[in-house]
Amino acid sequence: MATQHSRSAARFMMAPAVVLLLGWMLVPLLMTLYFSFKTYLPLRGGDLGWTGFDNYVRFVSSSAFWPSIQATLIIVGGALIITVGFGVLLGILLNQPMWGQGVVRILVIAPFFVMPTVSALVWKNMFMDPTNGLLAHLWRFFGADPVVWLSDASLFSIILIVSWQWLPFATLILLTAIQSLDGEQLEASEMDGAPVLKRFWYIVLPHLSRAITIVILIETIFLLSIFAEILVTTGGAFGTRTLTYLIFQRVLESQNVGLGSAGGVYAIILANIVAIFLMRIVGKNLDA
Amino acid sequence: MGQINLTQVTKSFGDVNVIPPLDLNINDGEFTVFVGPSGCGKSTLLRLIAGLEDITSGKIEIDGQDATELPPAKRGLAMVFQSYALYPHMSVRKNIAFPMKMAGMDEAEQKKRIEAAAKALNLTDYLDRRPGQLSGGQRQRVAIGRAIVREPSAFLFDEPLSNLDAALRVGMRLEISEMHKRLATTMIYVTHDQVEAMTMADKIVVLQAGVIEQVGSPLELYRRPRNKFVAGFIGSPKMNLIEGKLASEHSVHTIGIRPEHIDVSTTEGAWQGTVGVAEHLGSDTFIHIHGIPGCDPLTVRAGGDVDVRHGDTVYLTPQAQHIHKFGADGLRLD
Repeated sequence: MATQHSRSAARFMMAPAVVLLLGWMLVPLLMTLYFSFKTYLPLRGGDLGWTGFDNYVRFVSSSAFWPSIQATLIIVGGALIITVGFGVLLGILLNQPMWGQGVVRILVIAPFFVMPTVSALVWKNMFMDPTNGLLAHLWRFFGADPVVWLSDASLFSIILIVSWQWLPFATLILLTAIQSLDGEQLEASEMDGAPVLKRFWYIVLPHLSRAITIVILIETIFLLSIFAEILVTTGGAFGTRTLTYLIFQRVLESQNVGLGSAGGVYAIILANIVAIFLMRIVGKNLDA
Repeated sequence: MGQINLTQVTKSFGDVNVIPPLDLNINDGEFTVFVGPSGCGKSTLLRLIAGLEDITSGKIEIDGQDATELPPAKRGLAMVFQSYALYPHMSVRKNIAFPMKMAGMDEAEQKKRIEAAAKALNLTDYLDRRPGQLSGGQRQRVAIGRAIVREPSAFLFDEPLSNLDAALRVGMRLEISEMHKRLATTMIYVTHDQVEAMTMADKIVVLQAGVIEQVGSPLELYRRPRNKFVAGFIGSPKMNLIEGKLASEHSVHTIGIRPEHIDVSTTEGAWQGTVGVAEHLGSDTFIHIHGIPGCDPLTVRAGGDVDVRHGDTVYLTPQAQHIHKFGADGLRLD
């Protein structure tokens, strides 16, 4: 990119991609904003004109709003704790030399390739079903009453399903990070008198901090918008209505596009708040 | 403190026998250098002493105590690694403090030792930096600082200078030698560079394929190499090993003559040859000479003012008292 000429040529050639991407993002965003200021009821009269901030006020003042925020944060937080925690453990485990390492690694990655809807259905019908599920059989084998997972421990069940899906991702990223740890550093700390747990705490974990940051950031972005897992399991009942699911209900079940769009704008704001928050806490790990 | 004895130590990786039974005594306060070509097992031997590898059989004693089964941290040894192995997320101060922190030493003592080490190693201004912000030489000094503060009974160095540039290497070589004189602690130093071995060691251990070829002081090894391998390995440029007609004149299989023990003349001498490449270093001239039967090329180290050119005919006379004689089995004969 040395000369003025080649720079402008480069800009010209990148333009189509930039314009396409901008359009791809801007059109839905602008349409959401547009509808959020309208009363738009597709089955009850269609476009009924501008309403100002009415939709925004109604969405927040609804009794379902704060519980949905709470449910969203609990699911995201729970899944993050489980995936990062077990991801680190699994990563260390898979890094040990063992027989059939290649096959085991592929098996561990496998859940990531299962579609969310499918995995949620499998969990719902094969594991968590209170009469025929595997877990119910297990409980009965030990003489306990089967847990009705999806209604009695609904949030935990969904966290479990989502964690199962995202654990492979965390494991994969963390495994590669563990593999990049310099063996001489571990040996040096061994010579320096650090036993296994201290080696983990002072050497391995700091080395993983950057990878953990990346896992947390990426997972948060995707977990904030989980939807299929809730639709096919609880359908938003038993306190599992997240913000995303609430918006879905407003738009499709109540047929109120305006109200749903206002919720969408809140979701964008929430995602950004969480993102800024995370960046400030963990983002400094990315600078070093 | 710092007497290390190895008795019949062996090491195998699977079916591969890396170190056949080996005996070695390292005395307290001695600067011992393990030297040999790459893959000769010198690093493995060091790691066995450190405890980073388990020995297959035999016995390691440190200060009269059986250390064969002791974990690395309990052996009272400190190691400086080739890659320095500094902890990248800790400041220099925390790096140096790490072994003391693990030992549960109290803060005041830690601080005192860090200050002392930093002063001795010229690191005082860098204590709050991260390793990533330091130059190669400084990192090397931090690694040494981390070893010093533990006050170990012996230091182990695994090719510590091989990542430094030539000028820095000479400087660090002096610093490590200086440190050894000051601390008078046992040091074991692994290198493939025979110049480092010659300049630093009290005792050199020459290894080949896991076998100790010779143990001795640098000058012993230079003057009386026990076999052809040591003769060729110690000394720079390498000793000329001559077989065939010229050797049978001395009625042996091989004779060895160091480049610096051959006199060059353009008019008369015992052997006649043709000059190949002449490397003028200013102080010395290394002349590679072709046409000597049984050794091609033969290297001669002449004075800096010798003026010979490619293709010249020269006459060489080896200094009789410096001729080394080797039998067919490669061992020294006298």
